[in-house]
Amino acid sequence: MTDLTALTLDDARKGLASGAFTAVELAEAHLKAIEAARALNAYVLETPEQALAMAKASDERRKKGEAGRLEGIPLGIKDLYATEGVRTTACSKILGNFVPPYESTVTKQLWRDGAVMLGKLNNDEFAMGSSNETSAFGPVVNPILPANWSEEQARAALAGNKQGLLVPGGSSGGSSAAVAAHLCLGATATDTGGSIRQPAAFTGTVGIKPTYGRCSRWGIVAFASSLDQAGPIAKTVKDCAALMTSMAGHDPMDSTSVDMPVPDYEAAVGRSVKGLTIGIPREYRVEGMPEEIEALWKKGAEMLKAAGANIVDISLPHTKYALPAYYIVAPAEASSNLARYDGVRYGLRVPGKDIIDLYEKTRAEGFGREVKRRIMIGTYVLSAGYYDAYYLRAQKIRTLIKRDFEEVYAKGVHAVLTPATPSAAFGIGEKGSADPVEMYLNDIFTVTVNMAGLPGLALPGGVDSKGLPLGLQLIGRPFDEETLFSLGQVIEDQAGRVMAKRWW
Amino acid sequence: MSVDAATVRRIARLARIALPEADVPAMQGEINAILGFVEQLGEVDVEGVEPMTSVTPMALKMRDDVVTAGGEADRVTKNAPQSEDHYFLVPKVVE
Repeated sequence: MTDLTALTLDDARKGLASGAFTAVELAEAHLKAIEAARALNAYVLETPEQALAMAKASDERRKKGEAGRLEGIPLGIKDLYATEGVRTTACSKILGNFVPPYESTVTKQLWRDGAVMLGKLNNDEFAMGSSNETSAFGPVVNPILPANWSEEQARAALAGNKQGLLVPGGSSGGSSAAVAAHLCLGATATDTGGSIRQPAAFTGTVGIKPTYGRCSRWGIVAFASSLDQAGPIAKTVKDCAALMTSMAGHDPMDSTSVDMPVPDYEAAVGRSVKGLTIGIPREYRVEGMPEEIEALWKKGAEMLKAAGANIVDISLPHTKYALPAYYIVAPAEASSNLARYDGVRYGLRVPGKDIIDLYEKTRAEGFGREVKRRIMIGTYVLSAGYYDAYYLRAQKIRTLIKRDFEEVYAKGVHAVLTPATPSAAFGIGEKGSADPVEMYLNDIFTVTVNMAGLPGLALPGGVDSKGLPLGLQLIGRPFDEETLFSLGQVIEDQAGRVMAKRWW
Repeated sequence: MSVDAATVRRIARLARIALPEADVPAMQGEINAILGFVEQLGEVDVEGVEPMTSVTPMALKMRDDVVTAGGEADRVTKNAPQSEDHYFLVPKVVE
């Protein structure tokens, strides 16, 4: 029998429909693969019993002719999504053994369409990080081998201190690693500043951050509410479109979710891109950017041109201010959102001599260093006397960033092409230990999209000089994810897919 | 702008995070690195620019003012570190 975990979501769907294998067999194959890949640390909780029960129910539905869009498809769920009766921690000690008595809207919709849950995926604590190294469960290992490493060398490092192995990106590092390592057919993820697209780029997978409001945020642990969006990471553009169709939609429980019909995103895959105008923003040519990123970007534009798209130079003048403005807005919102973790209603509690002492000790013990720092930055920029200078100014700059995009779209640009990240995946323990800004720079190309509330798709575009995958990013008009899927397929057809070898 | 050690202690207090004295210098350095990074925002002309309040043009939805949920004290207190008779237990707040 062929390795069922190596299939794409779309191929697995066809196999299930034709009766070549059952949902139970498909779930079993993935559970076995997960067990054999524990050292990668992609899953923080495996739910085999639930997976098999869901798969069995799926097979029964199929027999009755009631198969949904994702019938029998096994998925991994980022640990930021509340799953009813299944521990949800946001990979923070402060949530401890929190077991939600409710299900997030997005996962509810996935189960509605027949999907099967394999377990909960690792991420940076409260989604704050770009390498999955801030997780309370420890780092995740990227299944892509470091340049010039032998499999033996990688196995030895995996058994030891993991130094030299690559990070899978963050914050959705468990999601990207699990998809790349064939530990699920697709994964849920979230993106506040690049947390879907940067991990996708680092692992050679495909991820989309939808337009703000396209997916419900209800039941997803909040980081920065005006920037957070749910989205999928998958093996192909088509798989990503299939997951998006299920995840998107209006939800009365999230007042920022839009009441607009959800298109069949899969129908956009394979659609002609002839005559579409693609903008190349000159401001993304940042100082010190490696030549290979520049070459990748050029190659991406040529691929779209070959398919009949028009390539034009554009200007998004406020690009360079997006990242610093983000590091005011996001921590400000985080400091407010994370005020709820006080040791009273759920999660960790460290006793204190009075209530304030209890709060302070609980939060000192429960939050990791990166989270504490962001809460403190947020507290500072919102505090009396600094609000106007920092927070208000950042929100004005956000208006300008959004206006940049509105102006180019009004001139007829359908989508914007940029590199997804300024480099390929780096090593575990390599970045950000002394200066947090070094790590933050990872999101330089992705963060504008969150600030402007736009959709952004990241997918493999090629490799760097050492053979590591590099991602391209397509940025769309608000609520025009369809065009991104059409353009993405054109790039995937020409650039091909990245396949990680199983060495662990 | 940069923060001094006293300000770091004050922010920690406002954020309700106990910060041991030994950790103050490192935290101060990291916060100042970030404040240094965001300083470039000062060069942007924001005269007459409206601060963003909603990234998608959307009117806040209204619903009928009726009770839609409730009577779930069991589920609400289920995850509490300490609770009794559907109350959250905390150290004495009022003398």
